[in-house]
Amino acid sequence: MLSRVADSLYWMSRYLERAEHATRLLDVNLNLMLDESPTSSDHRWLRMLAALGNPKRLKWNGNPYELARNLTFDTSNKSSVVSCIIAARENARQVREQISTEQWQKLNSLYIEVTRPEVKRAMQIEANAESGEGPTAFLQEMMEAVHQFQGVTDSTMSHGEGWQFIQVGRYLERASGMRLLLEAYHGDVWSHPDRVPEGNEYLDWMGLLRSATAFEAYCKVYTADLTPERILEFLLLDSEFPHSLRFSIDSLQCALQAIQEKSGKTRAEELNRIAGRLSASLGFASVDEILMGDLVDYLHGIQRQCQAIHQTIYHLYVDYPIQAALAG
Amino acid sequence: MMSAPARSHSFDFGHDRHLTALLCSCYCCKLAGSAVGRHFPYTESSMDDILPPATRQPQAATPWNYKLDHAFDEMFAAQNELREHYGPLLEHFTALPQDEVQRRKQAADLSFLNQGITFTVYGREEGTEKIFPYDLLPRIITSAEWSKVERGLTQRITALNLFLKDIYNEGRILKDGIVPREIVYSCQHFRRQMSGLQVPRNVYIAVCGTDLIRLENGDFVVLEDNLRVPSGVSYMLTNRRVMKRIFPQLFRNYNVKPIEQYTQLLLGTLRSLAPEGRPEPNIVLLSPGVFNSAYFEHAYLARQMGIELVEGRDLVVHDNVCYMRTTSGLRRVDVIYRRVDDDFIDPLSFRSDSILGAAGLFNAYRAGNVTLANAFGTGVADDKALYAYVPDIIRYYLSEEPVLNNVETFLCTREKERNYVLANLDKLVVKAVGESGGYGMLIGTQSTAKERELFAEKIKANPRNYIAQPTISFSRAPCLIGDELEPRHVDLRPYVLYGDKVTIVPGGLTRVALKRGSLVVNSSQGGGSKDTWVLS
Repeated sequence: MLSRVADSLYWMSRYLERAEHATRLLDVNLNLMLDESPTSSDHRWLRMLAALGNPKRLKWNGNPYELARNLTFDTSNKSSVVSCIIAARENARQVREQISTEQWQKLNSLYIEVTRPEVKRAMQIEANAESGEGPTAFLQEMMEAVHQFQGVTDSTMSHGEGWQFIQVGRYLERASGMRLLLEAYHGDVWSHPDRVPEGNEYLDWMGLLRSATAFEAYCKVYTADLTPERILEFLLLDSEFPHSLRFSIDSLQCALQAIQEKSGKTRAEELNRIAGRLSASLGFASVDEILMGDLVDYLHGIQRQCQAIHQTIYHLYVDYPIQAALAG
Repeated sequence: MMSAPARSHSFDFGHDRHLTALLCSCYCCKLAGSAVGRHFPYTESSMDDILPPATRQPQAATPWNYKLDHAFDEMFAAQNELREHYGPLLEHFTALPQDEVQRRKQAADLSFLNQGITFTVYGREEGTEKIFPYDLLPRIITSAEWSKVERGLTQRITALNLFLKDIYNEGRILKDGIVPREIVYSCQHFRRQMSGLQVPRNVYIAVCGTDLIRLENGDFVVLEDNLRVPSGVSYMLTNRRVMKRIFPQLFRNYNVKPIEQYTQLLLGTLRSLAPEGRPEPNIVLLSPGVFNSAYFEHAYLARQMGIELVEGRDLVVHDNVCYMRTTSGLRRVDVIYRRVDDDFIDPLSFRSDSILGAAGLFNAYRAGNVTLANAFGTGVADDKALYAYVPDIIRYYLSEEPVLNNVETFLCTREKERNYVLANLDKLVVKAVGESGGYGMLIGTQSTAKERELFAEKIKANPRNYIAQPTISFSRAPCLIGDELEPRHVDLRPYVLYGDKVTIVPGGLTRVALKRGSLVVNSSQGGGSKDTWVLS
């Protein structure tokens, strides 16, 4: 497979995952807003921005609908949802002959939908009036469309090298989003282990779980009894929940191994080593140990390893020096 | 050739006597001027025998726009005189109810859309995709007509290849004074870098798409040779696929020669050009990328041939060997079917600001480590001034008379002809040699005195840059416009392949000027296409 094609598939997938993540955070926070006093809302919106990596050009000015509009539609902001969809579609267009027609149609129609000027205008009117149902319906549709794309991808594209690169992009992005989310909540949830819950944290914790579509899955394992330790354990170390950090890294490692088998790279040891080490360290970690240490440090460590994986993938498959390739 | 059905025409069309008394729906009755004329094609039992003349509807009741003019008509030899090979088509089409015709038209459109046979129109609304307009009625060419075209094209590509080999090596034809040196050396597509270079199998032009038109007497003549990167073949292939789905029965009855083997033949041609000692050559298609308007075609051909679609940034040249970057490392490339112009293919040898090619590719080519099809510098042979010499070129190398003629062309470099052109600017079409797509053109019959004056100045200042041709009306074929059949001007672009031998798939792309009276078949200016059936 051409390196350029692998690169495009990887980024198409990353951008879609990013768009879905931002949409969900927005949806969850707009929903939570209805239940609380305006004073606590400042803190929560700032925390959401932190969970998105504090995108440039996006500032909290007290108007949640304006923030929602900018985060969704502002194409001058590269991390807005629409920007991500445009970027994903552009990557797909460049490898149009490598993906299935169904995939292309799904992504293309999503792109046409979100770039229609009427959609933006409708959301603006609702935000000003504050009377309509808000952008919730639109955000729901967005998430559904991304889920449908993933379904179509799994059922219409050969699960070969290209598909594996899509997996790599998706799970690397998901792991990195989860890392940021946990870090943003750290100050409120895990930084003071001795603090006695006041009773109003419940909504906040539920919001955290919902931000990762994890609330129902959590309840199945631990019941609706929410505690900070269990939440962390679930989001970080659960082996079966598809948005947990461990699950993402395991899937990532799986896809990387499949790629290595297909492309017959002999120089992939380094990549195997760092992906395998991260996967193993999450597999054998205990949440108590993590909480005894510095959680933020721990999360930073994970982020560094994710970055290293990304760079090694590039060095190995996409942007390798010619001399090295000629040598072996 | 199919045999004409022996049944009477009125029976065949399934007329109901009571209904026809009020409104005859068959097309032949609606022909302009046919009120008292014969019915074609079988006159033994025509409507005149069945109905008293007084009960006929006046012409106005049946809108009908099929008017012949001096241009050759593909369907009618004369008013009311149908060409035999169009009989079953017209019959089939007429028998279909109007809404059924529209339904099939929509089915065809949808099929194009679903296959993604679209070109992207960039404007304020990003990503509006349009389908290439498509006409439902096939253009039919008889086997006798085709065999002449085939012979003519084979002769032409053979001679032009010999010509390219000659001018880039010994230059015999220049020494013998058949073609003036200055015409060749002043051509902007002449590539000095190709001098003295041995190309694989001496094939310069591996793929060509020659534009043919039909004169008023029905003769096919060559309007233009496209010897660089001709496009449109994907439309030929997809038109056929759609047509077979929409009119399966009609298609079968006609005994049309197949064209589906084109991609396989193209692959075979490319394989035959592989460098020595590469028995399993890696063949790729080089595209300028997704922003090129023909990108659909590039992707389509690559997919149909099962070869990799690459862009310049996928290629690297090291030690005069060309590689592509894959996830499993560098993979050697042996043959490049390039859809990128000469100028952009190697920033080291040609335009230094190009990012569409690969640095060092020309040297790899010179070294014989990679083959490019077509070769560099083939554009010198499709220069509009050189075009006038092609008949002489054919005579010089093959000692044969040209099978297909040129359109009469006046070269402004020759004094006598220049004077004629300057004196008759109002009747001629003047073209700048280096331009295409209708730019730098003067259409005498539609020009103002001031425009002619301006052009006369330009011609005197730079005679090499201009040629002139008489205003030609190319042939017209029936098209479905709204609910009616109307004649529209068409051309024909067959695709010629030259590897081990010359192969031409029977047919080609028939382009249609869908605007009434227009002679412009270009898709950006209201042109469309239709399927081309060559009968066996």
